[in-house]
Formats: sequence, structure tokens, C-alpha cells
Amino acid sequence: MFFTSLKRIFKSGITSFFRNSFISFATVLIMTVTLLIIGSVMFMSAMLTSVLDQVRDKVDVNVYFVVDAPEIEILEFKDQVEDLPEVSYVTYTNREDALVQFRERHKDDQLTLQALDELGENPLGASLAIKAVEPSQYESIASFLDTDPVLGAEGTTIIDDVNYLQNKIVIERLNTITDAVERIGVLLALVFVIASIIIAFNTIRLAIYTAREEIKVMRLVGASNMYVRGPFIVEGILYGISATLITLIFFYPVTFYFAEYTEAWLGGVNLFEYYTTHFGLIFISLLATGVFLGVVSSFLAVQKYLKS
Amino acid sequence: MIYFDKVTKKYGKGSTAVEDITLSIGPKEFVSIVGQSGAGKTTLLRMLLGEEVPTEGSVFFESTCVNELPQGELHSYRKRMGTVSQDFRLIDNKTAYENIAFAMEAAGRTDAEIASDVPYILDLVGLGDKGDHFPNELSGGERQRAAIGRAIINQPDVIIADEPTGNLDPINTNEIMQILEKINELGTTVILTTHNKGVVDAVGRRVITMEKGRVVRDDKQGRYIL
Repeated sequence: MFFTSLKRIFKSGITSFFRNSFISFATVLIMTVTLLIIGSVMFMSAMLTSVLDQVRDKVDVNVYFVVDAPEIEILEFKDQVEDLPEVSYVTYTNREDALVQFRERHKDDQLTLQALDELGENPLGASLAIKAVEPSQYESIASFLDTDPVLGAEGTTIIDDVNYLQNKIVIERLNTITDAVERIGVLLALVFVIASIIIAFNTIRLAIYTAREEIKVMRLVGASNMYVRGPFIVEGILYGISATLITLIFFYPVTFYFAEYTEAWLGGVNLFEYYTTHFGLIFISLLATGVFLGVVSSFLAVQKYLKS
Repeated sequence: MIYFDKVTKKYGKGSTAVEDITLSIGPKEFVSIVGQSGAGKTTLLRMLLGEEVPTEGSVFFESTCVNELPQGELHSYRKRMGTVSQDFRLIDNKTAYENIAFAMEAAGRTDAEIASDVPYILDLVGLGDKGDHFPNELSGGERQRAAIGRAIINQPDVIIADEPTGNLDPINTNEIMQILEKINELGTTVILTTHNKGVVDAVGRRVITMEKGRVVRDDKQGRYIL
């Protein structure tokens, strides 16, 4: 009996969805707008995260060693630094590589290159680029470097310079900006998502308001609450599924169109590539949101007439 | 079978729709309830259906006190009633066939029963060829027939007909009344409210006359007297 009822409820919901085509169309349209906003928030969040990550990625603390610092001691020091929990990774550049990189950086500056050649030897020391797990952790890494000076065989420090102090203001300002951008982003996303959810919820309530007489009649002929509510919930599910499909189809050309712009403006973030590689996540998120909205809105809207 | 025990129904600000009514209706009776608009006829029927709860007194259907039924049991109780009203109250986006079948589905009947009974009832109410028509494709009389078909499909104990001919022309009125009388002859109690003197007089059965929420006459073989 349960399966027969379930079958009838689904059949009735699907039939109503297509027979009340105008109301279904209007409701799906509003829900599509809601999902477009939620999807756009997802894209923007991903792009923002990517841009902020790129900015954070550009920040590091460099430790420059004296020219005659033995490589074996530098590598020992590197191992110590890598063991710090605040450190994400450490990149070692030896003297020869530093020279190659310097030459490459100044390949258009003949005067500098000429001066370098006249020196006759490599004036650059090796260096470590230390990347923190979080930008806020550079301070504690710097204090470690300060308090634990690395002494060479002759008892003098092998560290020539740590550029943290020069970068400190930039790092702190960057932390403030990225935190603020993230907070504002989350707040804006919440406002948009909540507003669009309320609009979709009210649209479904309005659609069910037009069927209030139908609900009364169903109750009058002895239909149970589940039997009255069921088809409306099925319609709610169909609103959610339809809106999700339309949204996904809509996003395909839109992300494709904007891909080159986002790639150029946002440091290589390709929107279309993000859409295709994260399609499963986007599909599930939008479908879950759409179906949840449809079901909950329908349930609550019908409940009102079942109580009256 | 049906017993109104000192029933009073008041709405907000002391407006009294029904006052201190005590009456009983037996099985297989055909009862017409007459009275002017606002006399309390419809309120009485709504209390019998459990759509309204009396302010005082109780409504009994057999041994069941209707006004004490929890919300969750009302739908089972209503399956024993068939309702027909002036505005037909059909579901607009279902065909005549589907409207009648819906009452059977709600009662938990099987697909096979629905497939055999609905065409039979459609024939009985004269809509054998209009089962696939939506309510807006039917005339007033046809809609009322569909509503009657839906009311009788589950073989209810009682048919409650609230002004069933109010929107119909004399020919359709006559046909609808014939159907209701036929249903009564087959053993179903019929409770009819109407303003139509001709209908009441033609039926010639029990007539309860209401005025300002009270029963002022109860005649076994009455006529419309106001």
C-alpha cells in the first residue's frame, strides 16, 4: 500500500507540475535566479580564494647566507627550519643558482652584468626562501631566526641577512587586507544567498497559495495529510531539479565567455576550467540547495493549510 | 446515527451562527435543512464534517464525538462522508475521472478497483463520455454530477449536500435531485441544505427549518415554510 501511495503521489506531483505550467515556469525561473546567485557566489569565492592564495604565495622570508658559508651547514640549518610547525616549505638556492638567477633578472641591464664580470668571482651567497603555513606565522619564524643564530666553524654567524623586517609592514598589511576581503566576501555572499533563498521560498508559498482550495478539497474527500502534502513536495523537488539543470546549462557558456577575462585579470584563474573541473561539486551543491529549498518551502506552505 | 447535542457555535465578537441545537438524524433518512442565508445551515454541516468545532455541545456520528477527533483522524472519519457543494469544489487541474479517482486513492483503494468503479460511476451520473474533461470544460450541471460521483464513489454512510443546486438551472436541478434521491433509495443518508422551495416540496421528506441559528421547525414530511 505504501508503494502504491508513493507511486500515486509522484504521479500526481509530476502531472501537476506540467499541468500548472505557468506557475511551474514562474517558480522555476525564480529558483533559477536563486541558484544562479548561489552558483555565482561559489565562483566568486573560488576566485577570491585563488587570488588571495596567489598574493599570499608571493610572500616569504628570505635568509641570505654569507658568501663563505659551508653548504653542509646551510643544509643542516634548512632541516631545522623545515621542522618548525609554522613552516610550509623551504626552498634552497645555492650560490651558483643565485648567480644564474641574478644574470637572468638583469639580462637587459648591461651595466650591472659588466660590473659583475669585472668582479671575476661570484659575490652572491646562498639563500633560503621560507614559506609559512599562514602569513601570520612569519613573525614567529623570524623570531626563531633571530634567537637561534647559526654559527659557523669559526664561531661567527653564517647568516648575512634576514629580510623579514623589510617585508614586515607589507606582510602585516597584506594579512589585514586579505582577512578583510575574506570577511566582506563571506558577508556579501551570505546576504545574497539569504535574500535569494527568501525570495524562492516566498515564490513557492505563493504557488501553493493558488492551490489552497485544492488542498481543502483534498482534505474534504478524506485524503491524509501525507497524501495531500506529497504531490506538492514532489513539485518542489521538480522545481529544484529543473532550476539546477537550467542553472548548470546557463553557467556553461557564461563561464566559457568570462574565462579569458578572469584568466587575464585574476592571475591565471580560468573560470571555465574551474567550472568543468569542479562540475560534480557545483552540481551536487546546486541540486541539494534547489531540492532542499523546494521540499522545505512546499512542506511549510502546505502545512499552513493543513492546520487551518 | 447523527446527533447534535445542545450545539452552539459562536465566532469572534459574540456573533452566534448556531445556538443550542439538539437534533438527530437516523440512517437512510433524507433530510432537507432550510432557512435564509445566515440561518446556520452550512455551519451545522461544517461541524458535522469536523471543519468547525462547536463552542458548546457535541456532534456525534454513531459513537464518535466528531469535535473531539484529533486532526490526524479526521481524514479517516471524512471517508465515511460524501460532500457536494454549491461551488462544486472539484480539483481544477484534474479531469472528471481523476477527481473521482482521487477520492478512491485517498481511501486507499487499489488501481484495479479504481479502473472498474470510476467508469461505472461516471456512467451513473451521466458523464460516461466526459471523463477526460477538466472542470472548466464542463457545464455547471456536469460539474455537479462529477462532484456527486466523487461523493458517492466510496459508498459513504452520509451524503452532505450544501446547496447543490444553487448554481444550476431548473433542468439540471431536477436531474441532480433525482440522483440524490436515487442514492438515498440505495441506503445512503442524505442531508441537503437549500433555498429552493420547489426542490424541498418535490422531495417531500423530513424538513428542518432554521432561523437565526436555531431550529424553529422539524417536520417529518414537511414543506418549505418561511
